[in-house]
Amino acid sequence: MIAFWLSIVIIGIFTFITRLSFILLLGNKEIPPIVIRALRLVPPAVLSAIIFPELLSPGGQLDLSLGNARLLAGLLAALIAWRTRNILLTIGAGMAALLLLQMLPGL
Amino acid sequence: MASPRAQFLAGVQAELPLLVGVIPFGMIYGVLARNAGLPAGLSQAMSAVIFAGSAQFVTIQLVASGTPLLPIIITAIIVNLRHALYSASVAPYIQHLPRGWKMLLAYLLTDEAYAVTITRYLEEDHRRLTATHPPCPNEVGDTANHQVNSADRQASLQPSTLNLQPSNLHSQSSNPHSQPNNLHYFYLGAGLALWASWQLSTAAGIFLGAQISTRWSLDFTLALTFIALVVPALKDRAAIVAALVGGVAAVLAVDLPLRLGLVFAALVGILAGLWSETAGRKTTKAGGEKP
Repeated sequence: MIAFWLSIVIIGIFTFITRLSFILLLGNKEIPPIVIRALRLVPPAVLSAIIFPELLSPGGQLDLSLGNARLLAGLLAALIAWRTRNILLTIGAGMAALLLLQMLPGL
Repeated sequence: MASPRAQFLAGVQAELPLLVGVIPFGMIYGVLARNAGLPAGLSQAMSAVIFAGSAQFVTIQLVASGTPLLPIIITAIIVNLRHALYSASVAPYIQHLPRGWKMLLAYLLTDEAYAVTITRYLEEDHRRLTATHPPCPNEVGDTANHQVNSADRQASLQPSTLNLQPSNLHSQSSNPHSQPNNLHYFYLGAGLALWASWQLSTAAGIFLGAQISTRWSLDFTLALTFIALVVPALKDRAAIVAALVGGVAAVLAVDLPLRLGLVFAALVGILAGLWSETAGRKTTKAGGEKP
């Protein structure tokens, strides 16, 4: 069991170092403009990379059919996010759509 | 400039919608950790020491399947590599803070805290840009003061910057990232709200051993939250290209092990966004410009 505890501590230390890496390294050094431009693209790239598989391949398999309730609910949520910029409304509408679609027979 | 307290509370508030998805996720982790045969203390220690949902899930999966410890350690570290991207992304905004703050904020740098914090920082960048260019009467004086203060501060409070080249010093003081504000309290509020929810929800899962219903698909709220954060931020072509290419690449790379597909897809998306930006400049400006 001591080996387990030790493993947890090692994983924790490495995770912390990963999170601290650029924050501490950067210090007062000047950041090249290309890097600043690249960093601005991190949020859309990473968050989409999390979102797309959740919507397009919910069971691990690519599913572009109308039977894919998560895809339809996600598209509706994206439309609402675009028109209203309201986080709670987006979540509420997306969840409502998902639960309704899951209740429909034959899906 | 809002007070530290106001920023902290704004950070907590911004994190609240994400907690709807995080809390059931934490409880499921607690239940699965106990089912995998881990003692309660160790299961909870993982939440405090590792504090990263996907790495914790992967770890208990591997423990349950009898994997030796070394591969478990390596796998968990790889799953957490994406945090290096987040670290690089928030670093410019908190580089003026003392080391203790940096360590604390690094510990709190999770997917969910990153998502709301970077959104807030980018909004602030956008607000500053629009405030300096088409001058808005209320904010001109404020912005000018900020710049003066910032230059003073650079010279007087940060002796280390004096060693830099004059050109660097200039670009530092005109860099909006180094202007003083209390947004690190926003980050702290978002991070601590998530931290407390994660600790309490995993503890609840561990000790109550409650049956968490998956019928309600509450995990989907996390994807919806990310949609709500990403879509309004798609303001220019580079961001749209980065999002579309990153997303499609993630779907294609979904079979790569250990969530490496996520890191790979994000990098492809960023490169595609940069490329589209450079290509866009070449077509608008004759001759173009190398980055």
